[in-house]
Amino acid sequence: MSLWRYANPSEFMRLSGAIQPWCWALAVIALGIGLIWGFFLTPDDYQQGATVKILFIHVPAALIAINAWLMMLVASLIWFIRRHHVSALAARAAAPVGAVMTVIALLTGAIWGQPMWGTWWAWDPRLTSFFILFLFYLGYIALWAAMDEPDKAADLTSVLCLVGSVFALLSRYAVYFWSQGLHQGASLSMDRESHVDNAFYLPLLFSIAGFILLFVSLVLLRTRTEVRLRRLRALQDLEARA
Amino acid sequence: MKAALAVLAREFRLALRSGGGAGLGIAFFVMLVPLVPFGIGPDPDRLAPVAPGTLWIGALLASLLSLDRLFQADSEDGTLDILALSPLPLEGLVALKALAHWMTTGLPLVAVAPALGLTLSLPGPAYPWLVASLAAGTPALSFLGAIGAALTVGIRRGGLLLSLLVLPLYVPTLIFGARAVVAAAGGQDPLPAFLLLSGLSLFILALAPFAAAQALRVQLR
Repeated sequence: MSLWRYANPSEFMRLSGAIQPWCWALAVIALGIGLIWGFFLTPDDYQQGATVKILFIHVPAALIAINAWLMMLVASLIWFIRRHHVSALAARAAAPVGAVMTVIALLTGAIWGQPMWGTWWAWDPRLTSFFILFLFYLGYIALWAAMDEPDKAADLTSVLCLVGSVFALLSRYAVYFWSQGLHQGASLSMDRESHVDNAFYLPLLFSIAGFILLFVSLVLLRTRTEVRLRRLRALQDLEARA
Repeated sequence: MKAALAVLAREFRLALRSGGGAGLGIAFFVMLVPLVPFGIGPDPDRLAPVAPGTLWIGALLASLLSLDRLFQADSEDGTLDILALSPLPLEGLVALKALAHWMTTGLPLVAVAPALGLTLSLPGPAYPWLVASLAAGTPALSFLGAIGAALTVGIRRGGLLLSLLVLPLYVPTLIFGARAVVAAAGGQDPLPAFLLLSGLSLFILALAPFAAAQALRVQLR
């Protein structure tokens, strides 16, 4: 019994069909708790007032935006090495979700930045590297859309994902060389003591869990659609040949 | 070695004879730079600060311009299949083609950049660093472009897609390259930026052919 069993599309469809409703339900519950608690039951910040509460969308969206690309990288590597079609389709399915999360992080950041920094946009390293990440998502999605042959498209987008990962990381450090930042430090971290106050910490964790579950649900849904689309194409080809 | 020289000679001949378009990049560069004063005004005090960035962005766009033909023409007439069957490894072939692209488009840009710098009233001490940073950075642009060109070989009207794929990859090179010139123009030490640019460029020269060759192998399958 190994994990690779679920690389079989039928096994994947069976398992993902079974866990998908639970993912959606848990996502709704976690998001409900996190956002309602965060928006209505936490105190205002002593400097930022109520604007601080956009944190409960901004931070999880930014987290997903980066980790969606990471997930695409892993899925692309699995496709490269073991050539499981579900993996390639999952990478394809995650890209638009990641791109939208990047846009949400940038937009909520602008809405937050306007009253706090006095500007909607600054060429701050973090903002800039997110903008570059968004461009990488666009290129990746456009390359998938431009190709007819699914296996070829999967191979080429995997190459792009690997190259893009290296350069997204390089750009992230290059922009520090080019501009000093306005953005505050990490809100959450595993290894440091300084993160947001406890009053915000727990609802933020719920909200992050909700975003992660939402991401998983969306990617499962989109991957299942891709698998069905692939099956439909195969059936149509059979019909045409008969 | 003989095969490598033959490929290089073929690339030069194709680029320099009629319809090769070797002069196109440099013509674009010479066209693009005067547009900046038209856009922001002829005042030298306003042109000088933007001169390094303008020259670097101009060189970057000019080098992007001819990339879509890098593998496309060879793929259309079947030459690419024959080249792939040659004793030369595909990685080497990609490196040679990117090198030829740099020598026919990148190198002329390096040569005319100081003259265009004069028109933008770039400060005196910046000229050697402009030439040095473009000479160190433009090979990286050609090699990164080879990845984009290899990814978009089979696509009709792939030019726009190519730009979308390649331009984000150019960001670190542009940052370090332009920063070296800006520092020199402002009287600061340009060496840190220049060394980072050179390191990045060598990194790209060493690894980009592998990525591009992998993409070409998929295209040839």
